Amino acid sequence: MADFEPVLLRRILQKASPSLDAYRADGGYRALAKAVNEMTREQVVQAVKDSGLRGRGGAGFPCGVKWTFLPKDHPGPIFLCVNGDESEPGTFNNRILMEEDPHQFLEGIILACYATRASTAYIYLRYEYGRSFRVMQKAIDEAYTNNLLGRNILGKDFHLDVYQHRGAGAYICGEETGLIESLEGKRAWPRIKPPFPAVEGACRKPTVVNNIETLACVTHIIDRGAEWFKSIGVPPDPKNPRDAGSYGPKLYCISGHVNQPGCVELPLGISVRELVDKHAGGVWKGRKAKGCIPGGLSMGFLTEKEFDTPLDFNGPVKAGCLGLGTAAVIVFDDQTSIVDVLYNSCRFFAHESCGQCTPCREGTGWMMKMLDRMRRGRGRMEDLDILKEIADSIGIIPGTTICGLADGAAWPVKNAISKFRTEFEETIRSGRKTDEPVLVGAH
Amino acid sequence: MSVLSDEQRQRILDYLPRYPRKQAATLPALHIVHDEMRCVPLEAIREIADLLDLSPAEVNDTMTFYGFFRGEQNPLGKTRLWVCRSLPCMLRGGEELLANLCGKLQIQPGGTTADGKISLEFAECIGACEGAPCVLLDDEHRMNVTPEKVDALIAELRR
Repeated sequence: MADFEPVLLRRILQKASPSLDAYRADGGYRALAKAVNEMTREQVVQAVKDSGLRGRGGAGFPCGVKWTFLPKDHPGPIFLCVNGDESEPGTFNNRILMEEDPHQFLEGIILACYATRASTAYIYLRYEYGRSFRVMQKAIDEAYTNNLLGRNILGKDFHLDVYQHRGAGAYICGEETGLIESLEGKRAWPRIKPPFPAVEGACRKPTVVNNIETLACVTHIIDRGAEWFKSIGVPPDPKNPRDAGSYGPKLYCISGHVNQPGCVELPLGISVRELVDKHAGGVWKGRKAKGCIPGGLSMGFLTEKEFDTPLDFNGPVKAGCLGLGTAAVIVFDDQTSIVDVLYNSCRFFAHESCGQCTPCREGTGWMMKMLDRMRRGRGRMEDLDILKEIADSIGIIPGTTICGLADGAAWPVKNAISKFRTEFEETIRSGRKTDEPVLVGAH
Repeated sequence: MSVLSDEQRQRILDYLPRYPRKQAATLPALHIVHDEMRCVPLEAIREIADLLDLSPAEVNDTMTFYGFFRGEQNPLGKTRLWVCRSLPCMLRGGEELLANLCGKLQIQPGGTTADGKISLEFAECIGACEGAPCVLLDDEHRMNVTPEKVDALIAELRR
């Protein structure tokens, strides 16, 4: 699709003003007016269902279907929790959407609340996104002043309050039930599901949890129609009856050892190779890539030989990764030690495990310690099998934890050991120290 | 003698209508106190609990879950400087940046300089990977903090 024109980033690439007036002049809030004047709430849900929009936050669950899980004729209140806890290493697309074009996303929130009958939306925003917080607050205030939020929005029987709720630096708050617990003022321990949030979420009320980019897509689906959205991306794999397809534009974040790290918008399904070579200026310093992470740290690894993998909802899975995740590609060059990379990954998850489930709390720590030993030149060959055994036994997939954090911690370990095993063996055999010991901090 | 000012109490109370339950105002309340006092004293925990009809233990439980909040025995300096150490930053010199700052500031992550100007922390991914290595000054990103920019950054924060 050579002629693809960015939609979500359109105004951002034009460096358009984030103000309400400028957004409106560019056609903003046209979708909202169309929805409340010409469409029933059910028609909005149906349009999003028809579009095939799948959640952009990591799990890829069909957005419209999620909305239909809300109980029918509930007396309310119903809540929308917007997941702005973007913390998956390598991911920054939602930050850009909030900082540069806040009304596009806010319009998506209002549309989602219209569709789901939610009367309050909470934007759970990670504390680190101070600029996003201030830009969004300005946009929310503008929306209140202009009858786009509050009572009787655009003169209709439609009322909505939007509040920002700032987190406090915990990755686990990106897990939807951890987010809800945190919003309620408790430690962010994920809940056992079911009940799913749609039935019993924030303060035990029906709750939809949606990602920011997902909601920004909703704006354009209502504006341009479901068929337009479906004309972009990849249709379902005919060999896989469970595949819902990978439709629409996607924001890909590219970081690590590339010449031009950044966020680009492309149709779902672009290959890693094209992304790196055409959209990120290639691997830096004239080197070759050793591999990459296809969709945020928890998705695992692709080797350079696997760079033709399409980044849709199926491609990374077929290559042995956990999934597309957040479509945040982190590239590392052929001079990088895979032991260092995996140690960094294990350290992240050990730091961010919430401690609720023992297999995750202990397993992530063990994996980190074993990798640390290896990078200090004291690895043992049997460590590789022990690492694999731990990785195979923690997470939702083996059924030992409440949430998927452990699966995300395990996948890079599984992938690294199976795809780069000779490098691990060589490092252990030589006793080579891969780096200086890292600093140990206060928390 | 109350630790929270009347103004802070009012700002906390102003959050209550937003939520179906008072407990949901715990994080906003902690942020109000922490931003201004650079820590959350034990007495403030009790007063927040009073305002929200909670046990101080509940507020303390929430507060300590998030490694973010400092107790009164270890308050923050004027600026909290977070250095990202996650993979995208590590690949572009994040670890070296942190070590460099530790050396120049003569503190370890978690510590505060003797002049009280800078508290150094490591951070896990702060979501500015296109500008790796990146840091946060309290809650504002600063991107592409290459070795040659470190001295100027420190001077800026010491001003």
